[in-house]
Amino acid sequence: MQLFPCPFCGPRDETEFHYGGDAGNVRPDGAEVPIDRWAGYLYLRGNPKGTAREIWVHMSCGEFFVMERDTVTHKVLSSSALGGEHAP
Amino acid sequence: MTRSYSALSLFKEGLAGQTGWQPAWRSPEPKPSYDAIIIGGGGHGLATAYYLARNHNISRAAVMEKGWIGGGNTGRNTTVVRSNYYYPESVELYGLAHRLYEGLSKDLNYNIMLSQRGMVSLCHSTIEMEIGARTVNAMQISGIDAELFSPGDVRRVAPIYNFSPDGRFPVFGGVWQGRAGTARHDAVAWGYARAASRLGVDIIQNCEISDFIIEGGRCRGVQTTRGAIRAERIGMAVAGHSSVLAGKAGFRLPINSYALQACVSEPVKPILDTVVLSPGAGVYVSQSDKGEIVIGGGLDRIPSYAQRGNLPTLETVISGLLEMFPVFGQLKLMRQWAGIVDVVPDSSPIIGESPLPNLFLNCGWGTGGFKAIPAGGTLLANLLATGKHNDISRPFDLDRFASGRLIDEAAGSGIAH
Repeated sequence: MQLFPCPFCGPRDETEFHYGGDAGNVRPDGAEVPIDRWAGYLYLRGNPKGTAREIWVHMSCGEFFVMERDTVTHKVLSSSALGGEHAP
Repeated sequence: MTRSYSALSLFKEGLAGQTGWQPAWRSPEPKPSYDAIIIGGGGHGLATAYYLARNHNISRAAVMEKGWIGGGNTGRNTTVVRSNYYYPESVELYGLAHRLYEGLSKDLNYNIMLSQRGMVSLCHSTIEMEIGARTVNAMQISGIDAELFSPGDVRRVAPIYNFSPDGRFPVFGGVWQGRAGTARHDAVAWGYARAASRLGVDIIQNCEISDFIIEGGRCRGVQTTRGAIRAERIGMAVAGHSSVLAGKAGFRLPINSYALQACVSEPVKPILDTVVLSPGAGVYVSQSDKGEIVIGGGLDRIPSYAQRGNLPTLETVISGLLEMFPVFGQLKLMRQWAGIVDVVPDSSPIIGESPLPNLFLNCGWGTGGFKAIPAGGTLLANLLATGKHNDISRPFDLDRFASGRLIDEAAGSGIAH
């Protein structure tokens, strides 16, 4: 069992977490959004091999956060509360 | 020199001391240019090479494999062959694969050990039975064999299932496909490789693609660990690594890569002669010809490129298995492994030209690529030869994500992948 660090609750079992998507994939704003932009937001993914910045949710406390991970070694590099482009 | 495999050649070679056998495929040095290059020497890539040479007479072609052929998901799946899908587009696609599988041993002169022992997808409630009936109706209307099983029918094909009244996953019936079954996965890769090689296709192992050659906005070849190789058209069939190659080509795909685990028990005497899937337990199981119980389940829930599984998922799968078949509690697990699968939001593959012209895609099969190998190969070969879709591949183009014409088999057939 791997432990993931919730920025609010500390290290918890991986089974308490759910993957949410790419960090930085921000919903397009405005009335006129081109089809390709919408399709990109909804479907296209970076899916990097190596370091990834991802949105996760800790289902126990219900908080979303950003986690940096290596997708090959599964090593967690950092986890932090949402901010910047994902500021609530 | 023995070229063709038959009972007679086996007998003759026995008398001759097994001295006349040739390597099943050639291992030539890569040429500087080809009519077509296929990236990925798994089942789909090798099948593409074979159909390119056989159906389209293009044998100046090469398969480039970074490791050894059949060493990715082709060697890591649970060998199930079936075509029990819901939407007409999927029925055409998987139906084609299923029909080609049925003639494949003869076609390739290589025994792929197809065993059509049938598969039952269990229904654990009256509601699931209604969905099961809907699936069976859809399949029958599309001309695919399917039968709605009663609890008695399930008891007949899988008598060792846990039918006790306090079982966690009671059986209300099931969806039966009699033509489904298993095939020898390595033989599929090796058979296609041998047949393609005999038609003149070069199979280049230990040759990794480091970059694409892009000129005038079109793909003109690949840079590899063994030098630059140019080609008129390039196809990729690299499953879980599709996004990595797409990144080198300058575009993104609607794909997340996940690990999918499987495991086998020690070999035991015949006890289960069909494939049983329990959506409730999230487990499917069959017994291999060697006697091992072959166990598969759902995806690991963490995006990953590590070809190994996480323990919590394995625990879920094994506990589900023991609910279904308590008798398997006596077995020892012998091996456990994982492959990296390319999961698409609508659980249907992506077949067509990529955003980089001259580069064609065969990816997004998720957890269900093995059963589709003959179709994936046929359709990518057609694209590489003609540059155009046919009626079967057209609905699976990448453009469905912008147009919204998704083929959502996760919702349609209720099969997790």
